[in-house]
Amino acid sequence: MAILESWFPHVMDKPDKFLESIEETLIMTGWSGALMLVFGLVLGVMLTVTKKGGIMDCPIAFQILDKLINLFRSIPFVILIAFLMNITKFIMGTRIGIKGVIVPLVVGSVPFFSRQVESALAGVNGGLIEAAKSMGVSPLGIIFRVYLKEGAAAIARGATITLISLIGLTAMAGYVGAGGLGDYAITYGYNYNRMDIVWASVIVIVVIVTIIQAIGTLIAKKTTH
Amino acid sequence: MIDLSHVSKTFEGASKVHAVNDVSLHINKGEIYGIVGFSGAGKSTLVRCMNLLEKPTGGKVTVDGQELTRLKGRRLNQERKKIGMIFQQFNLFATRTVLDNVAFPLRYSGMSRKAILEKARGLLKFVELEDKADTYPSQLSGGQKQRVAIARALASDPKVLLCDEATSALDPQTTTSILKLLKKLNAETGITIVVITHQMQVVKELCQRVAVMEAGRVVEEGEVYSVFANPQKPITQSFINTASNLSRVQEFLAENDSFNKLNPGEQIIRLKYLDTSAAEALVSTVSREYGVDMNIIFGNIEWIGNHLLGELIVIATGQTEKIPDAIEYLKNRNVDVEVLSHGNS
Repeated sequence: MAILESWFPHVMDKPDKFLESIEETLIMTGWSGALMLVFGLVLGVMLTVTKKGGIMDCPIAFQILDKLINLFRSIPFVILIAFLMNITKFIMGTRIGIKGVIVPLVVGSVPFFSRQVESALAGVNGGLIEAAKSMGVSPLGIIFRVYLKEGAAAIARGATITLISLIGLTAMAGYVGAGGLGDYAITYGYNYNRMDIVWASVIVIVVIVTIIQAIGTLIAKKTTH
Repeated sequence: MIDLSHVSKTFEGASKVHAVNDVSLHINKGEIYGIVGFSGAGKSTLVRCMNLLEKPTGGKVTVDGQELTRLKGRRLNQERKKIGMIFQQFNLFATRTVLDNVAFPLRYSGMSRKAILEKARGLLKFVELEDKADTYPSQLSGGQKQRVAIARALASDPKVLLCDEATSALDPQTTTSILKLLKKLNAETGITIVVITHQMQVVKELCQRVAVMEAGRVVEEGEVYSVFANPQKPITQSFINTASNLSRVQEFLAENDSFNKLNPGEQIIRLKYLDTSAAEALVSTVSREYGVDMNIIFGNIEWIGNHLLGELIVIATGQTEKIPDAIEYLKNRNVDVEVLSHGNS
């Protein structure tokens, strides 16, 4: 304790605020990460199957999806928060706090993850799809039993990358009063020139990122044979 | 069993490609049918039209009395279960064990888990890989992978097995073992097998009837033996030549004049004989009766199915004035004779 107090005097001065910020970051990352995984997976699969020559070939659906994803990928996150303000209010009932930042976080990360899923599924050997088709497997069966199963390792790697960049996005949640480590480091550390607070935030984020990376690598390894 | 009627497949693009052009074929129940041709001849597209992996742009495909070209969605998928298929690159699921790969087509088919695994094990036994049930495909050799693929293709008790260049990625010895397996399968279950290949060995050892494809069309069709013994089209001839050394011998003769220094009256002759005439001692008869000696510079004798097909290139020498008589005699014995070159007199 004594060492912590001498190394991180300002953090230890108000440890509750520090722990609260960690909690906020975890909650934001957890919720938006979970929603991102679900929506990104669905959209990534839709991109793959509706593509020309895909198993549910539908050029119109593909074009719309493709353009929408490009649109949202090109909006910087800080602007996206403002851009989605009214939608956020409609869905969550508020546009501030953790609730207010989840919608922009999901909208900001889903396009990126759906591209990751798309490229992971593009890596699934077309011969396997052909083989499954020749066995009379339905398109839905091919999605779940071939694409998602054979692409699992690559999807896990893509999810890891996206989750880590999602943590980067949560640093901007302070703009709508959602708190988190990013806000903590800027508001309490940088603004008062209390570098120990910045350092502490960095260390915690590095730990979180390392854990996510380790889990992702483990899943990718377990699903590769 | 399989009936193709005026089937065409055109790929639209910068320029239209007629991959399959007005092909009509009838493949009988229980036979092993070969489709041969060089790369790009359209044979892979044709076989994919048989289970509608490629939707034909024209014509009708009927398999086991069911016109596939009229079916869609679930009905088509149901019919596809009756048509097994194996591929050049095996296409096994890398994330599933060998047993799970074989069980794959059976899952969600209403069978109990226990019955599925039992059946999958039985199929692995048939392809002699029971001990590999719990390994992953990456640990298998090419031949073993293809055996697993065969077991998987058989899981839904198909009536037809389509083989798309199934042995092209394998070494000759492994190829032979896969061909034996397919023969055994055909003999034991009466399954109809369609084999796409560019390997002459496969056709010779396995097939009963064969179609030769060129530029999307079937240019020649018939019993393997008669097609081989008596090829009508240049493409068939050149295809057969790739399997024997004959074309190389002819090139050699054309390039090496010194070898061709025949004495006046001598001739280089190519003899081709079928099994009936092969039984007779033709060469010795000719030398005895006509005094024409046959100096054999190349010989090739093939077994095709249960038939014999022989080919000799000889320099006819000795009593050269009797050579025309000798040729006449051979022709009467059903030997196909072709004079390749004359010695200058």
